[in-house]
Amino acid sequence: MSAPTLASGAPERRAPVRPARVLLHVFLAGTALAWLAPLLWAMFSALRPYGETSTKGYVSWPDTLNFDNFKNAFVQSDMTHYFVNTLLIAVPAVLLTLFLSSMVAFYVSRFDFRLNLALLLVFTAGNLLPQQVIITPLYRMYLLTDLPGITQSGKLYDSALGLVLIHVAFQSGFCAFVLSNYMRSLPHELTEAALVDGASVWRLYWQITLPLCKPAMAALATLLSIWIYNDFFWALVLISTGENMPITSALNNLSGQYFTDPNLVASGALLTAIPTLVVYFALQRQFVSGLTLGANKS
Amino acid sequence: MTTDSTTKSPEAASVPPPGAAPAPKRAARGRRRLLTRRDRFTLALMAGVPTVLHVALVWVTALASIALAFTTWDGIGFDSIKWVGLENFKQLFNDNPQFWPAVQHNIIWFVVLILIPTPLGLFLAVQLDKNIRFSRVYQTAFFLPVVISMACIGFVWQLVYNPDTGLINSLIGANKPGHYIDWIGDPDLNLWAVLVAASWRHTGYMMILYLAGLKGVDPSLREASALDGANEWQTFKNVIFPTLRPTNTVVLVVTIIEALRAFDLVFVFNKGAQGTELLSILVTNNIIGESSRIGYGSAIAVVLLVISLVVIVPYLVATFRKERRS
Repeated sequence: MSAPTLASGAPERRAPVRPARVLLHVFLAGTALAWLAPLLWAMFSALRPYGETSTKGYVSWPDTLNFDNFKNAFVQSDMTHYFVNTLLIAVPAVLLTLFLSSMVAFYVSRFDFRLNLALLLVFTAGNLLPQQVIITPLYRMYLLTDLPGITQSGKLYDSALGLVLIHVAFQSGFCAFVLSNYMRSLPHELTEAALVDGASVWRLYWQITLPLCKPAMAALATLLSIWIYNDFFWALVLISTGENMPITSALNNLSGQYFTDPNLVASGALLTAIPTLVVYFALQRQFVSGLTLGANKS
Repeated sequence: MTTDSTTKSPEAASVPPPGAAPAPKRAARGRRRLLTRRDRFTLALMAGVPTVLHVALVWVTALASIALAFTTWDGIGFDSIKWVGLENFKQLFNDNPQFWPAVQHNIIWFVVLILIPTPLGLFLAVQLDKNIRFSRVYQTAFFLPVVISMACIGFVWQLVYNPDTGLINSLIGANKPGHYIDWIGDPDLNLWAVLVAASWRHTGYMMILYLAGLKGVDPSLREASALDGANEWQTFKNVIFPTLRPTNTVVLVVTIIEALRAFDLVFVFNKGAQGTELLSILVTNNIIGESSRIGYGSAIAVVLLVISLVVIVPYLVATFRKERRS
């Protein structure tokens, strides 16, 4: 977030207190508060015991505020299990996406083979398609792919592997596009010299190009983690066993089964938002720079 | 547009080390001669493996959607695939009571996003770009909904809209039997209710895109305009907004794609019940619903695909053409 801000802005340029400025602050503060209101409302409901809200109503002065609902939502629904599911999908998916897309980017940006533009076009266009365009055949393909002994379900369907693959295939388009733009602007003399010295293509990629791409990779890793964590659709369709769902998709089932009152629903929903918020606040800069550098992604 | 936003925002991660210059084509050709056979093999793998994965899972399936849209299939054996021509489309256009409402809702979705949260995001970006205090705090508040999953947003807004216990009905006293306003169930209301939540999220997204665009506006333009005696609105209208053109293109494409992709929020809200049908919901219900018809579902997907490509292809062609020139 710091990227587009003016945190570094020179103080001497700051205008003296003017009524218009004050008005602007009042407006922005009011709007910001209104923007946070739904989340604050969820937080408020989550902190109150169900007994109290059911007798006093939800809009009422709280007598008790505690984290019991959070504790109950977390324990009753065995949320740890779903967080682990997400981890097992997101970590390999992020690493694999970055690995594969950086290879493609390296190829199209460093070697002027005729294909490069077409290749990049295919990758980028694929990434912009709505997921529902491909889901019907994908679903059938996953059902028909037998993988006995490799996945628990014996198929690509209903397996973490299947989810990792579709995340990688779908997201690598965006990452390849961003990374190839980045690599193209790296000085060519570096790779040129290394090639003349007899370095292999792999060394050129792994030891020379990749280390220079760290900032872009960090931004993409942050972005991908949040996107994959937040994915709802792929797991909804491609996972049939509730137990195998990652947390975001599991929320839907859990809310019917375990989160029996609005206070628990609020707690459950907010709990799933915590990891994204932690990543976002810790890596705000990477996230926003990633989002704006690849603005063609929704 | 990616290149525009990157080269213009100095802190964006994509900005290369200083002194970078695009290599002349001649160098590339010379370099190729230096490659050993092993290098060529490595390169083929590096480009080939990701391409095969991407093409197999994204493009083969997209083409399969098109092919299957003209068939019926029970999904079990390949020999049960039967060619039916345009039958699926005929049924879809003429006999499906959900199809035209879905198309209409997708269009409304886009129109609302482009008319309300997009200008609002631009407005907020312009205000936050004024070198004011607490800018980061405000930005964080507006941007927060973009980080949270759509599913979570759906649950949070249910707490606002719930007829019994929700914030709105409790505040306006409509939470008693006989007075309920059913924001989620009423087909005349629910699309608008869900669009409020969608706009809530979209505003922050647009704000960030425009902030990045505004960072790229040459400050001397602003000064020149001020020297000419233009007021704030005139400067924005005549100087700033026209230079935001690349950002506007991105914003338009992102918003269209977002409107076509809309799914999670509605599914969490009410599973796309009457009033909130969307093309994406129809496709999905056809798969996870009770009577899955593969050919028919694919026909809906093809409608979605055609609309998407009409947007994506010209946009990408323009982007890449510009890139090749630069």
